[in-house]
Amino acid sequence: MPATAATEPTATRHAYGDALVDLGTEHEDVVALDADLAVSTQSMKFGKRFPERFFNCGAAEANMMSMACGLAATGKRPYCSTFAIFAAGRAYDQVRLGIAHNELPVRIGASHGGVSLGEDGASHQMIEDIALMRAMPRMQVFVPADYNQAYRATIESYEREEPMYMRFGRPSTPVVYEDIPDTLGDGVDVLREGKDITIVATGHMVWRALDAAESLEREDGVEAEVLNVAIVKPLDSGTVLESLSKTGVAVTAEEHRVAGGLADAVREVAAEQHPVPIFAVGMGDEFGVSGTGEACMEHFGLTSRGIADRVREALVLKPIVSRPPLFGPEWT
Amino acid sequence: MPDPKPPAHHAERKGEVPTIEELDRWATMLRAECVRMLAVAKSGHLDSSLSAADVVAALYYRVLRHDPTNPEWPERDRFVLCKGHAAPIQYAALAHHGYFPLEDLMGLRQIGAQLQGHPDMNRTEGVEVSTGSLGQGLSMCVGISLALRLDGLDDTAQVFGLLSDGDVQEGQTWEAATAAAHFGVSNLTAIVDYNHLQTDGTTEEVMDVGDVRAKFESFGWDAVEIDGHDMGAIVDALERSRALDRPAAIVAQTRKGRGVESMEGRFGFHGKPPSPEQAAEALEELDTRLEAQTKALHAEDEE
Repeated sequence: MPATAATEPTATRHAYGDALVDLGTEHEDVVALDADLAVSTQSMKFGKRFPERFFNCGAAEANMMSMACGLAATGKRPYCSTFAIFAAGRAYDQVRLGIAHNELPVRIGASHGGVSLGEDGASHQMIEDIALMRAMPRMQVFVPADYNQAYRATIESYEREEPMYMRFGRPSTPVVYEDIPDTLGDGVDVLREGKDITIVATGHMVWRALDAAESLEREDGVEAEVLNVAIVKPLDSGTVLESLSKTGVAVTAEEHRVAGGLADAVREVAAEQHPVPIFAVGMGDEFGVSGTGEACMEHFGLTSRGIADRVREALVLKPIVSRPPLFGPEWT
Repeated sequence: MPDPKPPAHHAERKGEVPTIEELDRWATMLRAECVRMLAVAKSGHLDSSLSAADVVAALYYRVLRHDPTNPEWPERDRFVLCKGHAAPIQYAALAHHGYFPLEDLMGLRQIGAQLQGHPDMNRTEGVEVSTGSLGQGLSMCVGISLALRLDGLDDTAQVFGLLSDGDVQEGQTWEAATAAAHFGVSNLTAIVDYNHLQTDGTTEEVMDVGDVRAKFESFGWDAVEIDGHDMGAIVDALERSRALDRPAAIVAQTRKGRGVESMEGRFGFHGKPPSPEQAAEALEELDTRLEAQTKALHAEDEE
């Protein structure tokens, strides 16, 4: 069934639900599991269509992940969904041993990632899942930017053999891709070219990064290059390094802790292969709070303006931090 | 030393399924194999393997429908060692069935060897899923059972999970028990190797799990309690569970370290390998028993 691209702001979790139905129609071995959040994660669409292949495990996420291990070890392609906080937090050990260690083709559809889930507050706002899943051996980490890319990511996940963590969001998110992309490729897309600075963004921060780049051009005459990292792990370091060598400075943007997240992923690559100053927009050593999703994003500076301000700061600091140290080799 | 011949020989000789007496003898042989493995590895869980030896022998030598020459046979029964720390007893059974060479047993827990400290499905032929983190195994069994049902094999293939009393302390086991009943799983047997001893003391002291049979029953399972060292009772309970149309729990009352007198039912051996002296003594004890069991079988043959 050909999917319809979103043109209006739509939540990425809806793409997961829609793609799951399409996968189920095409492939007999696709099964879906949820933990009493099937309406929120959108896996209910699959459940209604294929009740015999849908297992609602109730509020028991650990059991769900280990069940998925058993299903996958017996030839099925399980898609497990729940909130990111439970998928990566509560069930970490189950995901680690049963899924990642066994290299089983289980897909974890982790919805409501980040602080944009809003009102439920800190107990439900998962802001370290990318770090946890990036550290887990053999686990791949997907964070699509909008509905259209999230749909493609879910469809493409079927073809991959590796265990996979896919992060989706609660709020309606403006579209970045006008159509459903043909492929995710290596997972890093250059959405906008520029020579002055690289903005590396993921998930909900991608449209904001594009927005920031536009205002920087309009207000400051700064030409920012914008990269969308949809696959945080394994990171397509080639595309990132190419941009860094062009601009010589970068700002990362994620709805997640800076520690262990996209910022660190980019810094790891840069530090070893092309050291340039890299500044970060993301969560510090802090938990989320209650508020509307947008108010929460605003509260933590996870906005277009937040990114633009950081870019301005980066451009001021770049010549200072890039300067050779006072007691460097040329002084001795 | 134990007779290293694979069981197929024995079965051919008898031309029928192994008798209870033969199963008892295989259990002794598996026990001796565990002692040798642990003495060489100098690490591992010997007493936890010994308490499960009779159940494992009953499964691999009589109850399980499996084919060592075709480990991926889709219609096979599945065995999951939820208490993954008892890996040596499963490894011994697998090696004696020809899943891998007997020599490999001596590589247990050594760098570069295939036999990991806890079962690893990607390294060891015959291991269905990796285990070792208590509490996860029964959930994996539920997943396997459901996958078999989707493939129309639930009347054919039974899933057997062997749990420890430590598994029963983990909350996840009860999530799995709830799910198995809720999803109407009909091809799952959970055997609890209830040996009453754990790392820090008796289960009664550390965290009393009480009447495990009654607990499973209250979760909607068929649940029986047996003497986990009575081979006839073990075989009957396992075969009976296959015929049931709901998940079945078999609480096997066992003694940790069973079969080695210096260890049996005694605290302080969990996760501790035997010293060379202890191993030699244990092997002598097991060899004597094996000899007596073999002699009795021959005498039976001659009658």
